[in-house]
Amino acid sequence: MESDRSHRASRRRFLGGVGAAVALLGSGRRAGAATPDPAITELPDWTRYLGEGVASRPYGRPSEFEAHVVRRNVAWLTASPESSVNFTPLHDLDGTITPNGLCFERHHSGVAEVDPAKHRLMVHGLVERPRVFTVADLKRFPGRANRVYFMECAANSGMEWRGAQLNGCQFTHGMVHNVMYTGVPLKAVLEACGLGPNASWLLAEGADAAAMTRSVPLAKALDDCLLAWAMNGEALRPEQGYPLRLVVPGWEGNMWIKWLRRIEVGDRPWHHREETAKYTDLMADGRARRFTFIMDAKSVVTNPSPQAPLVHKGTNLLSGLAWSGRGRVKRVDVTLDGGRNWRHARLDGPVLPLSLTRFYFPFNWNGRELLIQSRVIDETGYVQPTKQALRQVRGTSSIYHNNGIQTWHVHAGGETENVEIS
Amino acid sequence: MSRFLSLAPALLVLVGVLALALPALGQTRGLGRPALPEEIKAWDIDLRPDGHGVPPGQGSVKEGEAIFLKQCAACHGEFGEGAGRWPVVAGRESLVNENPEKTVGSYWPHVTTVFDYVRRTMPFGNAQSLTDGEVYALTAFLLHMNDLVKEDFVLASDTIAAVALPNAGGFYDDDRETTEKHFWGTEPCMKNCKAEVTILNRARALDVTPDDKGAPKVE
Repeated sequence: MESDRSHRASRRRFLGGVGAAVALLGSGRRAGAATPDPAITELPDWTRYLGEGVASRPYGRPSEFEAHVVRRNVAWLTASPESSVNFTPLHDLDGTITPNGLCFERHHSGVAEVDPAKHRLMVHGLVERPRVFTVADLKRFPGRANRVYFMECAANSGMEWRGAQLNGCQFTHGMVHNVMYTGVPLKAVLEACGLGPNASWLLAEGADAAAMTRSVPLAKALDDCLLAWAMNGEALRPEQGYPLRLVVPGWEGNMWIKWLRRIEVGDRPWHHREETAKYTDLMADGRARRFTFIMDAKSVVTNPSPQAPLVHKGTNLLSGLAWSGRGRVKRVDVTLDGGRNWRHARLDGPVLPLSLTRFYFPFNWNGRELLIQSRVIDETGYVQPTKQALRQVRGTSSIYHNNGIQTWHVHAGGETENVEIS
Repeated sequence: MSRFLSLAPALLVLVGVLALALPALGQTRGLGRPALPEEIKAWDIDLRPDGHGVPPGQGSVKEGEAIFLKQCAACHGEFGEGAGRWPVVAGRESLVNENPEKTVGSYWPHVTTVFDYVRRTMPFGNAQSLTDGEVYALTAFLLHMNDLVKEDFVLASDTIAAVALPNAGGFYDDDRETTEKHFWGTEPCMKNCKAEVTILNRARALDVTPDDKGAPKVE
C-alpha cells in the first residue's frame, strides 16, 4: 500500500506538470493584448533596488525560478535509495553539455564521500611494475586530455521494453549525460606500469561500499579510456566518482567505475556480478548476450514531451538529443505524423564522436494532434530501429540496451504523452 | 632586452638538463611508486571462474544458514524469496517466463561470482565484514537454497571452481553486428511511408503500480 501511495503521488507529479503547462496555453497569450502589460508598465523590485553583492554566492546556483530543474527518482522502482537511480531532466536542458549537478546518478551502495588525500589507484596483475598512484601523480602525466563524451546507463529506457510506461523523457531517457572530462589516457598509466605479454583484459574496481567491478578489454583501455578527475572543468562530483572515475567512451555506463581505486591486468575476463547476473541481455530463447558494451545509436525528442507539452499554437521549435556509441551522429530525421512522412532535423552545436548531439526542427502547430518521433543515423550507417524491430530480435526481457524510436502523442490541448504506435 | 639575452644561455643549459633528466626516470616517468606485496594482498580480493584469486578456507551449508538468517534474511527473505523489492536469491524458474527471476540457481553462471560479490559488498551496508570462511558458508547455503547441493555440503577452496551452475552455458558474446546487421545501411523511407497509424498503448493507460513481482525494475 505504501508503494501504491507513492506511485500515485509520482503520477500526480507527472500529470501536475502537464496540467500547469496546459493552463498557460489559455492565460499566457498576450500577443494581441488590449491592455498594457504590467511587466512593462510597472517597475519591478529588481529594477529599483540593489541586489545581493558578490560575497553572497561563492559557489553560484541557478535562479530560484529554476527550482523545478532537478534530478528526479521514481521511489517504487528500487528497494532502497542507496541502490537506485535518478534521472537527468532532459526536457529542461538545451545545448549538449549536462550541468554537473543534473547528471543522473546510479549507485549500488550509495555515494562514497572519498577524501582525496586518502585515495589511491593501484595498478597490478600482469604488469612489470605494480604501482600506486595518487590523483596528484596522475595530474603530472604529460598527456592530459579534455574530451566530451556521453555516458548512458545500459538500462536507460529499460522500463519501456514491454510497452510505454513512464510519462516524461526524464524518466524514459534520463539515464544519460554529457560532460567534458579532464584526465589522463589510461594507456599512459598502463605503459608506465609495463604491460605483460599475456595482458588482454583488466578489472576496474571502485572504492565505494559496492566495490563495483567490471572487466574491460585491454584493446578498449588502450584505445580511448581516460582516468578522469574533472567534469566540465571542475572536480568530479562525489556522486560521479570523486576523486577519480574510469571513462569508457561510447560503452555502457556501468563500466565507468566511479571512485576508481584499483586496476588489475589479466589474461581473461572476470565474469563478475555486474557482467553476468546484471548487464547481460536476456533474449526470448532464455539465453543471454554478454559483454554488450557498445551503446547503440539513439535519439529522443526532449521538447515537446510529457513534462514539456506544447503551450503555443503557431511557430514552435522541436528540440532533441541524439547520440551513438559507435561514433558521430550523421543525421536525425523527425516525423510529426507518426512516421508517414519524415524531414531532416538541423544539428546544432558541436557534432563530436561519442557525444550528445543537439537537433532542432521548426514547425507550425495548428492545434491538431501530433505523433512525434525522431530517428538517428550514425556515421557507421546504423539507423535507429523501431521498438517493434528491436523486439523482433531481442524479445522483451532484455532490460538493457533499449534504443528504439520513442513516440510522443501531442493532444489537441497540447498535453503530451508516451505512446507506442503501429 | 639585454637582460633577457644574457639569461638565454643559462636557460638553454637548464632545458638541456631537463631533457636529459626525463628519460633517466625510466618508463614510469617517476610518477607513482611501487605497490608493496602487502598492499596488493589487502586490495586484491577478486575471484575468477578459473580459480584465480580463490582464497583458502571452507564453509558448510549449516554454518551458512545461521549467518544468512542473522545477516541476510531481513532483505532476501528466510527462504531467499526476497522481502518487498529486495533481490530474490533462490528459485529455479524458467528464463523464458514473463518477468523471469534471475537467481543463482536460474541465471548466475559461476559460483566464484557469488563468492566474489558477497565478499566485496554484502551484507548491504556492512561490506567486507565477513570472513572468508563465512563467505564460503553463505555461498554453500545459497547453493542449497537453490536445490543445487545437499544440506551436508561443504564448499571449499579446492572445490569452488569445479561446482557448475545450471545456467553456465546460457551466455554468448555480443553478436549485434551479425544478428542486427539489418539495422545498418538501409536508407529509411521519408515520404508516404505508411497508410495509417494506430496507437497501440499509452503510458497513462498502463497500470505501473508496483507489486513484488510485476513492476518494471531498474538494474
